[in-house]
Amino acid sequence: MEEICFDVKNVNLFYGEKQALKNINMQLLKHKVTAFIGPSGCGKSTFIRCLNRMNDLIEGCKVEGEIFKDGQDIYSAKQDIVDLRTHVGMVFQKPNPFPMSIYDNIAYGPRCQGLKDKKKLDEIVITSLKQVALYDEVADRLHESAMGLSGGQQQRLCIARCIAMSPEVILMDEPTSALDPISTAKIEDLVLELKKEYTIIIVTHNMQQAARISDYTAFFLMGEVIEMDITDKIFASPGDKRTENYITGRFG
Amino acid sequence: MMRERFKRELNRLNDELIVMGSMCEDAISKTIAILKTDDSDTDLYDQVAALEEATDKKEKEIESLCLKLIFSEQPVASDLRFISAVLKMISDLERIGDQALDIAELAKEIDDHQSLRHTALFQMAEHIALMVKESVESFVLKDLTLAEGVMNRDNEVDKIFLEIKDEMIQMITADEGKGELIVDVLMIAKYLERIGDHSTNIAEWVKFAYKG
Repeated sequence: MEEICFDVKNVNLFYGEKQALKNINMQLLKHKVTAFIGPSGCGKSTFIRCLNRMNDLIEGCKVEGEIFKDGQDIYSAKQDIVDLRTHVGMVFQKPNPFPMSIYDNIAYGPRCQGLKDKKKLDEIVITSLKQVALYDEVADRLHESAMGLSGGQQQRLCIARCIAMSPEVILMDEPTSALDPISTAKIEDLVLELKKEYTIIIVTHNMQQAARISDYTAFFLMGEVIEMDITDKIFASPGDKRTENYITGRFG
Repeated sequence: MMRERFKRELNRLNDELIVMGSMCEDAISKTIAILKTDDSDTDLYDQVAALEEATDKKEKEIESLCLKLIFSEQPVASDLRFISAVLKMISDLERIGDQALDIAELAKEIDDHQSLRHTALFQMAEHIALMVKESVESFVLKDLTLAEGVMNRDNEVDKIFLEIKDEMIQMITADEGKGELIVDVLMIAKYLERIGDHSTNIAEWVKFAYKG
């Protein structure tokens, strides 16, 4: 029996007057990788940001509808936003390490939560780095600046920083679009490894990437979800002509 | 419309498959002609042999075009189904070419064409020629009903094959000294039956390519 992580019901989102998401309904399953694809401006990044309420920071942004996580509507007044973002971490398009040491980057979150025990912090840093397969590459320079790492290493560091908070969900907004093919392959392998422990939702412009690493794919177009299905089905025999036209490059 | 070059290449693939299909149709009709003519016609036989060679060459060409499109364009959905269906169809067409030649080889050695007329072999051959023609046509016209027809006709062909088998058993029992002919007829019927199966495969791939 598949467990539901997010249950999204009738979500509409407005930036001021402009409606950016139209009646989104979907269920996102635990320990699965779900990919969001669609042309620029179709609402996929806007939607992924709804899942940890990153859109709250945008002025004039209004969200209607409900998004249940483990039975609770994350948009209800009861929801603790800091707690939500602890459980639903995010990795962005451009690697954004803090201008501090590799060690401090990862220890930052646990320290903010009040963890001071050096031994425990060491353990979290090392485990997180090992989980993203970065430890061997940086073991001898943990206290050097993270800014000296390559783009691919920085992105894996950001994923490690996210993991250090023991989230349930990792949201990834085009995590490899700024990386070379080798770093991209490493992140993709990592995603497949991480889904055993986490639920992963990824926005990508790289169709083959969605086909390679995701279990489910949702196709967004002009603020709507046109089709969501098992990834293999979407890329072999999509149900909707618009999905077909987009993924085969006949769009527009 | 984006990916114009890719679209042109897919059209080329389509055209190449039509060429290969018509080679097979041609080979089959010439083979049947050999089967029906009383004098052994070496000219027709040479033509079937040349067609078999051309079919092999065409298979290689189309195969490398498919592989190139797969690695360079990374096709998905209907494009992917189309290309993989073509890859499968060309091996069925190649087999049809081979088996047509196998039949032609047997047919040109047969002296007793009169006795052939009394069997259901010609009737079977007519069905097979139609199956090859219609399976290729269903691809050209993207006609799924026609493809369906090919699949149905295969059942008819299988029935005729069994009839021929029974006829041959009777001839063996009658012991009219037609041993060689009986073996030839059985082998030809079996090759025809296999060609029917390959045509059915092609029709199934047409369905997969255009319907999923």
